[in-house]
Amino acid sequence: MSGTEDILETARAWRAEGESVALATVVETWGSSPRPAGSRLAVTGTGRLAGSVSGGCIEGAVADIAQQVMKDGRPQLLDFGISDERAWEVGLACGGKLKVFVEPLA
Amino acid sequence: MTPETLEALASARAARRPVALLTRLPDGAQVLYPDQPVPPALAEAAEAALRDDRAGPVTLGEESWFIHPQAPPPRLIVVGAVHVAQALVPMAVAVGLAVTVVDPRRAFATEERFAEGATLVDEWPDDALTALRPDSRTAIVTLTHDPKLDDPALDVALRSEAFYIGALGSRRTHAKRVERLTEAGHGAEAIARIRAPVGLDIGAVTAPEIALSVIAQVVAARRGKPA
Repeated sequence: MSGTEDILETARAWRAEGESVALATVVETWGSSPRPAGSRLAVTGTGRLAGSVSGGCIEGAVADIAQQVMKDGRPQLLDFGISDERAWEVGLACGGKLKVFVEPLA
Repeated sequence: MTPETLEALASARAARRPVALLTRLPDGAQVLYPDQPVPPALAEAAEAALRDDRAGPVTLGEESWFIHPQAPPPRLIVVGAVHVAQALVPMAVAVGLAVTVVDPRRAFATEERFAEGATLVDEWPDDALTALRPDSRTAIVTLTHDPKLDDPALDVALRSEAFYIGALGSRRTHAKRVERLTEAGHGAEAIARIRAPVGLDIGAVTAPEIALSVIAQVVAARRGKPA
C-alpha cells in the first residue's frame, strides 16, 4: 500500500503510446509534508498527470518544470517550501518543505 | 530513468521480487539493487530501506543518493467469487492491493463478473493458497459460507504469516468453524487470528457496505492500528 496506483506502470503505458514522459519523485521532506519520500508524479508531453508529490500544492509547478526536463533531457532537483501565506505563490500551505527530483524517462 | 531500468523494475514487480532503485542526486545516475553491483555502504543503505520499506536520502562522502525501495504490492486473496467479492475487488485495488479471487465453482469466478483488477483462480482453495504462498504482505478473506471451501483455505491461512485473516459468517457460524479448526489441530491462539464476524462493525448490510467494512479492517491491520 505504498501508493494508490502504480505510477511506473502508467508511465510505461504512456510511453508505449508514444508519449514523452517525465517522472517527479519526492526525495526528502521536512515538517508536515503531505506525501512521504518516494511519492511519484508522472507527466506527459501532452500534459497528462498520474500520481502526486503533494496534496495538490505544487503539482502545477512540478508539471511545468517536467515539460522543460522532457525538452532538454536534463534532470532537475527542486526545493519547495513555504515563503509566505499568499495563495498565489507556489508553496505548501501546511508549512512543510520538500525536495522533488524530476527526470526524463528516456 | 532509462527504458531499461523501467523494464527491470516492471519485471521485478511482476515476479514480486523486492528491489531498490538508487538515484544519485542531482545528476540522476541510477542503479538497481541487488541486480547491479554497488559499493558496500550503498548496499547497506539499500538493505535497510528494503527492510523498513522506507525511502530516503543518504550521503556517502561527496555523493548524495536517494534510496527508493520498490517492495511488491501487498496482496489480498479472496476465497469465494461471491457478490461481496465483486464489491470488494475494486475497493481493494483502489487501496493498492494486488487481488486474487479463488473459487473452484466455474460459474462464479468468471471474467464477466470480475471485469478487471483481479486474478481469477478456479482451483480448490487449499491447492490455490498453497501455490500462492501467503507471506507477511498477504491478507486472506473467506467469503463462501461453505465449510467445504472456507475451511481448507483457513487451514492454509493459519499456517502462514498472513497479516490479516478474515472469515465471513455470523458468530454462530464462526463458533462451529472454531470447533472444526480445533479438531483439525489448530490451537486457540492461532484460531484467534481469524477476524470473525469479518469487517469493522459499521452496521454493514449490503454487499458494498460489507466490502467497505472488510477493506477498512485490512487497511487497519496493514497500518498496525488495532481495529
